[in-house]
This record gives sequence, structure tokens and C-alpha cells, in this order.
Amino acid sequence: MDDIHLKRLVWRSRRGLLELDLQLERFVAEVLPTLSAADLAEYEAVLLLPDNDFLDYLNGKADCPDARLKPMLERIRAAQH
Amino acid sequence: MSMAIPVRKFDAVIVGAGGAGLRAALQLSEAGLKTAVLSKVFPTRSHTVAAQGGVSASLGNSEPDHWHWHMYDTVKGSDWLGDQDAIEFMCREAPNVVVELEHFGMPFDRNADGTIYQRPFGGHMSNFGEKPVRRACAAADRTGHAMLHALYQRNVRANTQFFVEWMALDLVRDAEGNVQGVVAMEMETSEIYVFQAKATLFATGGAGRIYASSTNAFINTGDGLGMAARAGIPLEDMEFWQFHPTGVAGAGVLITEGVRGEGGILRNAQGERFMERYAPNAKDLASRDVVSRAMVTEINEGRGCGPNKDHVLLDITHLDPEVIMSKLPGIREISIKFAGVDPIKAPIPVVPTCHYQMGGIPTNYKGEVVVDGNTVKGFYAAGEVACASVHGANRLGTNSLLDLLVFGKSSGNSMIDFIKTAPKDLPELHKADVERSVARVERLNNQKNGSNVHEARDAMQRTMQAHCGVFRFKDMLAKGVEKILEVEKMVQTTEIADKSKTFNTARIEALELENLIEVAKATMISANARTESRGAHVRDDAADTPENPNGRDDQNWLKHTLWHRDGNRLDYKAVNMKPLTVETIALKTRSY
Repeated sequence: MDDIHLKRLVWRSRRGLLELDLQLERFVAEVLPTLSAADLAEYEAVLLLPDNDFLDYLNGKADCPDARLKPMLERIRAAQH
Repeated sequence: MSMAIPVRKFDAVIVGAGGAGLRAALQLSEAGLKTAVLSKVFPTRSHTVAAQGGVSASLGNSEPDHWHWHMYDTVKGSDWLGDQDAIEFMCREAPNVVVELEHFGMPFDRNADGTIYQRPFGGHMSNFGEKPVRRACAAADRTGHAMLHALYQRNVRANTQFFVEWMALDLVRDAEGNVQGVVAMEMETSEIYVFQAKATLFATGGAGRIYASSTNAFINTGDGLGMAARAGIPLEDMEFWQFHPTGVAGAGVLITEGVRGEGGILRNAQGERFMERYAPNAKDLASRDVVSRAMVTEINEGRGCGPNKDHVLLDITHLDPEVIMSKLPGIREISIKFAGVDPIKAPIPVVPTCHYQMGGIPTNYKGEVVVDGNTVKGFYAAGEVACASVHGANRLGTNSLLDLLVFGKSSGNSMIDFIKTAPKDLPELHKADVERSVARVERLNNQKNGSNVHEARDAMQRTMQAHCGVFRFKDMLAKGVEKILEVEKMVQTTEIADKSKTFNTARIEALELENLIEVAKATMISANARTESRGAHVRDDAADTPENPNGRDDQNWLKHTLWHRDGNRLDYKAVNMKPLTVETIALKTRSY
């Protein structure tokens, strides 16, 4: 994972919903720089989620059907304190 | 310099891929025209995705309804500042564009007989304000999301060319003022291109980020408004912004009004239940306007909470935690996440929060940009960035999604007509605007000893929130004008540490701020000048008198504001009180 890739993920953390922007802003500032290449690939996959689903998973309103995305969703949740 | 700027050529270029941009693009692409759509983010992540309430149309599926009743509700909602030709056009077109969207694959909620289910919504009435009518069509609580998906997929099929993660920088006009396209930056490389086209549409959405507390996503930076203002296009009715009384202070996430319905109490810094003074009977259940005004008055008079005394508290600590969990699901989580407090133990910091921009680029109902009574050749605007004006001084709920569909389509049709009559070959590109745009980016790249982007943005947002929020005071507005012009100086000298070329978010944010500040100035200066209260623009010094009920002064202020960037000049134009086919909906005091 190169610098370009990382910076692209930072931009793609800009979303259509404010609640996502706010949560990803914290995650990007505090957690993203510490992620391994494998983690970043997972984060990239999470960013492909439609905004409404993404927010429902973060808020615990719905369960993400894709088990592979769950650990990263949990880390984003954990970054909200 | 600009000699080396590559040029891409299209029949039509559209900036923004939310509901309005996608609807217009579909019209153009299906007509076989070469259409480019530029978007900062992937189209289905446009802010249209946040619209939950629905889209209104007098389909009459549940009970009798008529576009004329919808028109009446819209004119009344606009506090008579809306243009009645545009409002008639929108309300008449509503059933068509909604049924069309259904055919595009929009998964509307349905009745047992298969027709679109319609639900009641505030302000939707039958028989000219007589009784509530079910007019809102929705797709569960994801209407905006479903709309974007249906329109995006249809566009892909129609071969619309998407340029995703591109930011438009400036409009290009020729010596006569005709629009030739836009200058735009590819985020991945920071390379600058010209998108030249016979017709250009701005569908860039609103600029709610001018306020410290806003429900708008971070992308809502008024890019189209900034570009238009720099290109000499005035901005119309920018003093009118819709606010919601209770957003989490510092975040903007809404706390539903149901919290006060369940017994939530607003308190000031002294812990006083201040609504008892403003509305002795209704108290915390008073109307939105009354609650918002009381909150702002408390803050202005020094009884706000927190280190900056800039918010009040919404207290539900006296409620049974069981009630909070069962009746107000999600509120506890929102409060913990975005305010850092558990509302079972401590009150939630709240502040009136900006939600929607009624003003924008002046257009007619065909989506053509109109300046001094003449259309600007080749230039169109639709959606929240535009001011047709259908929302006037305040927007009726569910008319925002309708606006996107109706005016996205009508501007697309106008562009098709214009492109068909335009010369086959694009004219020679006028370089002056391109050079100015490149110079603007170079100024930013080369700035030394400049100001910090985040500090400048914070200063702008705090100034707008304190001086030009939901309830406005003469002295505060006058001071606000001085302050925002000071902030503008900071914006003109912003410096970025990161000069890298790939996905440089710092550079993008600095460029976005240059758009926001134009909107902030337009808003503050227009609000300072309008000495009446109308719709969402409410002033403490515009008294409620028999001649001017609710402070509305039709004698002097039944007119649209036009703010010109050059010299911060204001002028005004008449409201179009003449509908297309029906009688004028006559002036009346607005009460619900």
C-alpha cells in the first residue's frame, strides 16, 4: 500500500451523510495512520458500502451480512469515544 | 501557462452528480448527446442520499389531491417569496416526474392495489389549506438513496461519462459572457483540464457548511455558488436558510423533536428551564420557530453553556432510562458519539442547526440562468444550488427532492434545445477565465506566511452561526458584515503545508473554503440589508404589527435579493406573482 493509495482512502472517507463524515473523520485522524496494508485493504472494502447501510452497521441498527467487513466496522465503532 | 492546459470537449458538462445532476444527465444522454458529469465523490454518495422524508406529488392515490393545492401550500410555505410561475410548473410536473422515476426502477412504497403509497407530511393540505392530505411518496426511510441508485444506473445504461473525484474550479465565459464550460482538477493527479461544452449545468448542491452547526455532509461547500460568484453571476435570496432547533452542538447531528415530546427540557447555563418565560403554556413543546428564537436569545444574552457560551442544554436526565431506551432509540447513541455525554446522566448540548439553502444561482423554471432579465447563454443550474425560485423564504417539506427531479429534467430539456441550435463546432476557447483559475490554484500552492485553512474556516463558521443564525439581530448582523469581510482576508491568504499532487485533501479543502466564503458573504450582507422578517429570515427588530404581521413587510420587501460579488453590491428584482395558467395566489398572513 503506497502513499497514493492511503491518501485516496482519506478522500473517500468523505461521504454523503454527515454522521458518517464525523465518525470517519475521527477514524482517519486517529487510527488510519496505524493500519497495516491488510487492514487498509479491509478499510477500502468497507468504504464501498452504500452510505445508509454503512451507517446502520456502525450504529448497530443492522447486522453487516459480509462477515469479512465486521472487524473493520468494529474498529471504526471503537474509535468513537 | 494555460496554453498547456488540456481541453476535453462535450456537448454538455454537468457539475455535480446528486439528484438534479443525474436527472439532467439522463435527459441529455438519452437524447444521444455527449454528456460529462463531474463529481467530487462517487455519485451515489452525493448528499441527496441524506433525504429521508420523500418526494411530493399530487397523485391522489389515497384521497383526492390536486397540483393546484400543492401549489398553494408551496406559495404559502415560501411566505409569498416564491415565483408563482416556477411553483406552478413544479407542482404540475410532480406527478409526471414521480411516475417516470417509478419506471426507472425506483422502489416506492406501495398500496395493496400496487399504486404508490402516500403519507401525510407537515404543510401538505387539500383544498387550499383546509385539511391534511397524503401527498409524500417514499421508499422506506431511504428515498434519496433509492433515487440516486435508480438514476445512476439508468445513466450508466445511457452512456453518460462520469468523471468521479474531479473538482470543478471555475466557470469559463467568453468576452460576451456566454458560458463555455468549466476548469476542473483531477484529484488523483491535481492536474487541471478545461471541460468545454455547448451547455454547462451546475447541480452542486447547497453550502450548509458555512455554519458551525449544520446537518450537511462535509462535501456541501457551495462550489457552484463560489464559481458563479467569481464569474460575475449574482446570488439570489441567500439570506434564507432553513434551520432545525436541536442539533448536537459542534457536530450538527439532529436530535429529533420527539425528545421534547417525551418530556425533554431545555436549560440555560444557570440550569433554568427558560422556555417557561418564552412560552408559558407550551413551554418546551412550543413551535420550532419559538423554540429556536428562545435558544438564540438565551445564547445572545450570555446565558449559553460551555466555554464559549454558544449552546444550551437538552435535559432528559429526569426521564426513566427505560423510556429513553424504548421511546427514543438512537438518541442515547447519538449523544454519546457526537456530544460525548450519556443523556441518562448528563444533558445534551444543542444549538439551532442549518439544514437547507433556499437561495442560489438565479434561474427561471427552465433551468436557464437569468441575469438582469436575460439568460446567460450556455449556463444552467438546478437543485439546491439554484434559485428558480420555488422555495422562496422557506421550503415545504419533500419539495427538495421534487425540485431535483423537475428542474433536473427541465434544465436537461433546455440544454438539449440550446445544443441543437448551437454551431456544430465549439467556438475558440476564451483563455482569460482559464488563466485566472490556474492563477488561483498557483496562489494557494505558492503562499508563504499565510493563514491556516482550518482556522479560517472555523472563524467563518463561528461568525455565521453567531451573527446570522436562525434568529437575527440588527447590531449582530452589522458587526457580522465587518467580521466576515475580515475572515475573507484570511481566506485570500490561506497556506497549505502539503504540496503533494495525489489526493491532496488539504488543497481541496482550501479550494472549497474559497467557495464557502463567497456564500457566507452573500448570506450575511443580504440578511443585514433585509430589514423585515419573512419565512426563515427572522429579525428581532422587525416587529409584529397589524400592518406587518409577523414582521413581514410586503410594501418594501416583497422582492428577491441579488448579491453581486463585485463590491458586495445588492440589487433586487420583483417576485413573479403571475402563475403560468391559473390566478395569482394572493398575499395573506402565513399561519399554520
